[in-house]
Amino acid sequence: MHPIEPELKALMLKSIGGDDRAHRDLLNRLSGYLRGYYRGRLTRMGRSVAEAEDLVQEALMAIHTGRHTYDPAELLTPWLHAIARYKLLDYLRRTHASMRDVGLDQAEDIVAVDDRAGTESALDLGRLLTTLPERMREAIRLVKIDGLSVAEAAARSGASESAVKVNIHRGLKALAAAIARESKP
Amino acid sequence: MKTDDLIDMLSTNVQPADTRKVARSIVLAVAVGAVAVVGLVFLAFGTRADMGHAGSLVHLVAKLVFSLAVVGLSLLYLIRLARPGGERRVSLAVVALPFVAIIALAVGVLSMVPQGHWDDVVLGDQWLECLISIPLIAVVPFAATMWAVRQHMPTDLRRAGALAGLVAGGISATGYALHCMDDSVPFVAVWYGATIVLCAAAGAHLGPKLLRW
Repeated sequence: MHPIEPELKALMLKSIGGDDRAHRDLLNRLSGYLRGYYRGRLTRMGRSVAEAEDLVQEALMAIHTGRHTYDPAELLTPWLHAIARYKLLDYLRRTHASMRDVGLDQAEDIVAVDDRAGTESALDLGRLLTTLPERMREAIRLVKIDGLSVAEAAARSGASESAVKVNIHRGLKALAAAIARESKP
Repeated sequence: MKTDDLIDMLSTNVQPADTRKVARSIVLAVAVGAVAVVGLVFLAFGTRADMGHAGSLVHLVAKLVFSLAVVGLSLLYLIRLARPGGERRVSLAVVALPFVAIIALAVGVLSMVPQGHWDDVVLGDQWLECLISIPLIAVVPFAATMWAVRQHMPTDLRRAGALAGLVAGGISATGYALHCMDDSVPFVAVWYGATIVLCAAAGAHLGPKLLRW
């Protein structure tokens, strides 16, 4: 077990409980590890490290929308690694490379390098948001960007609270798909 | 887009996540598929004519034990495989147990039957109907199960697809057993076993295409 595991797992459990600050802390720390992982793998394959940031953002979206798939009885690092590696393989498949280029990984490779520098992808969040259906974009803007509570956003947009939650969830999933579609070199 | 901006957005008003949802939604999808299969068998095939007799009931129960064991074991592993990294905790040998058991039983039965009757025992009356019906009926539970599995970000798509096929094939065989009058163990081992495995192979083939997320 990697020494960072208990710390990250504790953050994850709070994040699953709906704790904003723990979630932000978790995503911030994971973005460093993910960047280190993707840059290392891409460099080894002779690819540009500029591609890494798209992957970091794809993986963060997957981690966010897929928190429910983490089994609290298990270690967190292998779960993270599985997502990060899946996203890498999926990206390489989209861009015509193969599993041989990635080679064998250990679960702990995912927290081997922490890279916090150079954190901009080629994607434009504002433009990606415009590709979403109106109700999803509105729900995400009110709750996730303007910071209104779900109840306030529901009152403002005249939808029910559960509709707002569903729209945010679906919107983020659609956004993740849009990031995946657009992040090609 | 700056990754920090993305993180800002994702961590504003975070909703709690329900980690029991994975098992619940897959079991629900399988249950919906099972109800559809039983409905289909009742409406399109009809149940076996001798349903009331104690003797035929024993045969039916024996078939159901086999098909339900397949469903149970593969469902257990499918729930693990549906999550990222779940393939670390799966040993497919366990899933093969019901097949090994029924093949052993079938060999035992055949050894007691004179060779001249092996044709009757293995082919039964309706081997072709069985061969076509089980994979065909399995389409419904397969679709429902794959849809549910996809929501939970599986990372070994081939194996997840294979297990979804196994679950669907098992459910389909369970439903078909309510109709089928061929009761010999070798018949069940060959035709039920082979068609369920066929469903698993189809699932393994379709998994990487249908389960991508």
